[in-house]
Amino acid sequence: MAGLELLSDQGFRIDGRRPHELRKIQCRLGVFNQADGSAYIEQGNTKVLAAVYGPHEIRGSKSKALHDKVLVNCQFSMATFSTGERKRRPRGDRKSQEMTMHLQQTFDAAIQTTLYPRSQIDIFVEVLQSDGGNYCASVNASTLALIDAGIALRDYVCACSSSFINDTPITDINYLEESSGSPEIIAATLPKSEQIVFLLMNGRLHEDNLSRVTDMAVKGCKDIHDILDQVVRDHVSEVSTVHGWEN
Amino acid sequence: MVDVQLSDAEKVFILHGVQDNCREDGRGCEDYRHLEMETNVMSNTNGSARVRLANTDILVGVKAELGVPNPEKLDKGRLEFFVDCSANATPEFEGRGGEDLATEISNMLYRAYDCPNCFNLKQLCVIPKSQCWILYVDVLLLECGGNLFDATSLAVKAALFNTSIPKVTVTRDEGLEELEISDDPYDVQRLDMKASPCIVTLNKVGHSHVVDASQKEECCTLARVIMGVTEKGTITALKKEGSGSLDPTSIEDMMETGRRVGESLNKCLMKALGEEERHGTKKKSLGFLR
Repeated sequence: MAGLELLSDQGFRIDGRRPHELRKIQCRLGVFNQADGSAYIEQGNTKVLAAVYGPHEIRGSKSKALHDKVLVNCQFSMATFSTGERKRRPRGDRKSQEMTMHLQQTFDAAIQTTLYPRSQIDIFVEVLQSDGGNYCASVNASTLALIDAGIALRDYVCACSSSFINDTPITDINYLEESSGSPEIIAATLPKSEQIVFLLMNGRLHEDNLSRVTDMAVKGCKDIHDILDQVVRDHVSEVSTVHGWEN
Repeated sequence: MVDVQLSDAEKVFILHGVQDNCREDGRGCEDYRHLEMETNVMSNTNGSARVRLANTDILVGVKAELGVPNPEKLDKGRLEFFVDCSANATPEFEGRGGEDLATEISNMLYRAYDCPNCFNLKQLCVIPKSQCWILYVDVLLLECGGNLFDATSLAVKAALFNTSIPKVTVTRDEGLEELEISDDPYDVQRLDMKASPCIVTLNKVGHSHVVDASQKEECCTLARVIMGVTEKGTITALKKEGSGSLDPTSIEDMMETGRRVGESLNKCLMKALGEEERHGTKKKSLGFLR
């Protein structure tokens, strides 16, 4: 795009961030009363709601029940007004189904599945406003919702994206940077053990730069973990004060 | 509707309460529950609103696009409603589970806004016979706490009130018409929502009827009347729903109550919207972070 510099000579991106800076993250746990766990996250202009139901009995066909693990059922849906151009269908298209599968794989690795055999955990994600990093915000929101629901996790799951523009790795890319044609790496990690549970790459990236860009994404995940951890601790201390538990 | 399981004894308790004009949460038969409304919550829409009526949470986004008008109404714009029941509300809405409810609500909205006096579609016309604004009103149901129709119509009215459509200048050049859409965020056209309807649902519980039924009260109703009422008390749509049957006199009573409640509901909503507008940009948009 002519005249639109993704990374200026002074090292500023389109929205004024430095290459290693994340977007502003604001979140809240326990948004809805009906769901067992719910969370809302705003990463820059991307707004995502997640609701968790479970663990409960398998709905639908009992044949899907796993005798030794829990069945993780996800649904990824985008509001029709979430994108710049109006979306015709909120879910059911190829991209949403792919996202659903990715979320399922990610949380299958993070939830302690052996603790809930023959049961089902539902994770429903709704994207209210999309400005890049849909998968990352969905994973972060789902982690918070799972914590709010009290489901046993191995660790937080934090996701972050990164790209490579003008020989510089940049972190937490927005929609303009995503659609500019630069390579994109999305990583979801378990921050304490620094294990990667999900890794996806779009575009073309030279092998020599791969480790730099992946490290950038993993570092972004660690930073997001610090933010989410603080939010959870604040929420718990607030709830415990309201309920009168001992400090 | 999403149902809760109630025993017979609980149903009798609710019935007796309604008879004495004291419902289970202390309200009278014509009182609404705690209602919260906020507009301009989504920044990439032309207008948006979020309404929280006790446990019912509705988010509406309005997007405006230029398009071809309806061949039967060439000098008028179009209003398209789309309702999506999110699985966040209940796992039964997963996939296509919520489509029946969504179709019901969107059809009721179409019916309520079909009246020519309540929403003037001529204000959406750009070039008669060839171009007009199409307003896509998208409703997202996030949580079900009873009384979905009312909450949805309030959110839709608030979102349409909040909608700002960029002004279009038409230049005629050698027989070709060119449209220029203004880039200025303050050079916009607002919609006149004074006469738009709100939907009021009246549920028949025992021998009397209640407004704004909670989920438990909806479980006890066999029949309900859903009507679209404007600020002046005009009824724009009427629908009787449910497996029970109603006496014509009951329907008349319910219509009277609905008209009265609808008038005051519209007035309250317009007053609240006016106040919010007056605060302008001084108020920070909270959305779900509240």
